[in-house]
Amino acid sequence: MKISKSIYWFFLPGLVLYSLFFLYPTFSALFYSFTDWDGLSTAFQFVGIDNYTRAFTGDSIFQKTIGNNLKFMLTVVVFQTLVALAFALIVIKNTKTNVFLRALYFFPTILSSVSVAFIWAFIYDPSMGILNQVLQLVGLDFLAQNWLGNANIAIYSLAITQIWFHAGQMLIIFVAGLQAIPEELYEVAKIEGASKWQAFRSVTWPLLAPSATIVVAYTTIQSFKAFDLVFAMTGGGPNNSTEIIATYIYDVAFKSYQFGYASSISVIFMVIIALITYLQFKALRSDRVSY
Amino acid sequence: MLFRKFSLLIYALLILIPLVVVLLTSVKTLQETFRDPLGLPDGGFKFDNYVAIFQEQTMAGYFLNSTIVTLFSVSLTLLLAAMVAFGITRMNNWVGNVLFGVFTLGMMVPAQVIMVPLYSLMLDLGLTNSLLGLILVNISSTLPIAVFILTGFMKTLPKELFEASTIDGAGNWKMFTKVAIPLSLPSLSATAIFLFVMHWNDLLYPLLFITDNAYKTLPLALLEFQGQYSTNYPMLFTGVIIASAPMVIAYVFLQRYFVAGITAGAVKG
Repeated sequence: MKISKSIYWFFLPGLVLYSLFFLYPTFSALFYSFTDWDGLSTAFQFVGIDNYTRAFTGDSIFQKTIGNNLKFMLTVVVFQTLVALAFALIVIKNTKTNVFLRALYFFPTILSSVSVAFIWAFIYDPSMGILNQVLQLVGLDFLAQNWLGNANIAIYSLAITQIWFHAGQMLIIFVAGLQAIPEELYEVAKIEGASKWQAFRSVTWPLLAPSATIVVAYTTIQSFKAFDLVFAMTGGGPNNSTEIIATYIYDVAFKSYQFGYASSISVIFMVIIALITYLQFKALRSDRVSY
Repeated sequence: MLFRKFSLLIYALLILIPLVVVLLTSVKTLQETFRDPLGLPDGGFKFDNYVAIFQEQTMAGYFLNSTIVTLFSVSLTLLLAAMVAFGITRMNNWVGNVLFGVFTLGMMVPAQVIMVPLYSLMLDLGLTNSLLGLILVNISSTLPIAVFILTGFMKTLPKELFEASTIDGAGNWKMFTKVAIPLSLPSLSATAIFLFVMHWNDLLYPLLFITDNAYKTLPLALLEFQGQYSTNYPMLFTGVIIASAPMVIAYVFLQRYFVAGITAGAVKG
């Protein structure tokens, strides 16, 4: 059936906005990454790949930033996925209590990062914080800490906040995945005398793989994008110990006015995200099983 | 079994206790909080912080800004994304596929990546310190995910419905408003909730583009309270409660839709 040409008008407003405020800046990031532009003056020089060379060889803070981002990402991906899966397995049935608990666990997801940052700043506060108070209460005073002020642990404190913030959302994705597994498969496993662990290994796990991939992919990307939370909680400090790539781009651009250099870090960031997305899409394809 | 129940309880407490503390602290004085951070306020709840924050800050203004930006961003993203999704679905050829690819490419590029060039673009266009600027940028940044979700849904609609209306002489626009939109309501509402949460809570764009108090949205204003009130948690938490209230109230009533909406955003994003 022939479709009238007027269909092209449907793309126009969306495409115009998207091109102007998204595609154009994306490509100009690539362009500016080869310049020494300071963001203020109209003049700038092409510096070839100097910015990239600097990022990989001359900028110890950037290298530290990559390390921080990896620590943050790995902690969040591993623990958030485990927590979400473990609890999803417990609240899988749609009983009244379970539905309520799922809604409660999900709750932090609807808050803003700034609100979550304030709540956790109070929990971690070295003098009146909830965490240190609780530790004192149970006689573990020696564990009390300046959770966000100690450069060795601050990034992990942030990771825990991120898990509190988003584990409930991942839990819901797992519940949806688990509920989609046909009940009969478990019955067959039972008849064949499989233990609970064996049933999990041979039925639940392979069929859950697509949801697991989604959760891991989303969590990974989310932990690279945790700009709001990190910015509001520590601003990258102390001593750059919680600087992640996104906050570092902000600092380089808007605190030291090196737009050219910040653009090159943005491009590196984009490549990292694209690579992860690609790998995970590939994993998702090969993980599919059917019974 | 007992261990399971115990774990569920612990997790529930880990969510509930901080929230209760936020509520309690907002009705305490600073002195009471210093003396006993977790205790009940002596002499009953005081709502002085709520009065003070409205007197000291242009809270109503921030609230209004957030409301305007969120409402326009959500409804316009939905409209534009639905149009694009409809176009892709109707065309159903390589042009449509290419356009779908171009739009969804945006899902892979985090907003932070383009903050530097976007900032200079907004400056050149005179769109900094402007709610319109925020709305335009919001639309472009959430268009990819919305197009992705809505196209996925519209492609599942039976083609015959569209074709039947063509025979009746309906043009594309009529087909869009009379057939595609009503049939896509479930997907549109899930996407709407996802967008609501994102736009209401966004910090990055206001942080980049707004310096004038008259145009600040709640998350940015809240962030700046930290500079002003430092560790005055009663005031900070009062701000948190006011800024979160609309989302929390909506969540209580529309819980199922929130879960579905935000999960759709995650699964497809």
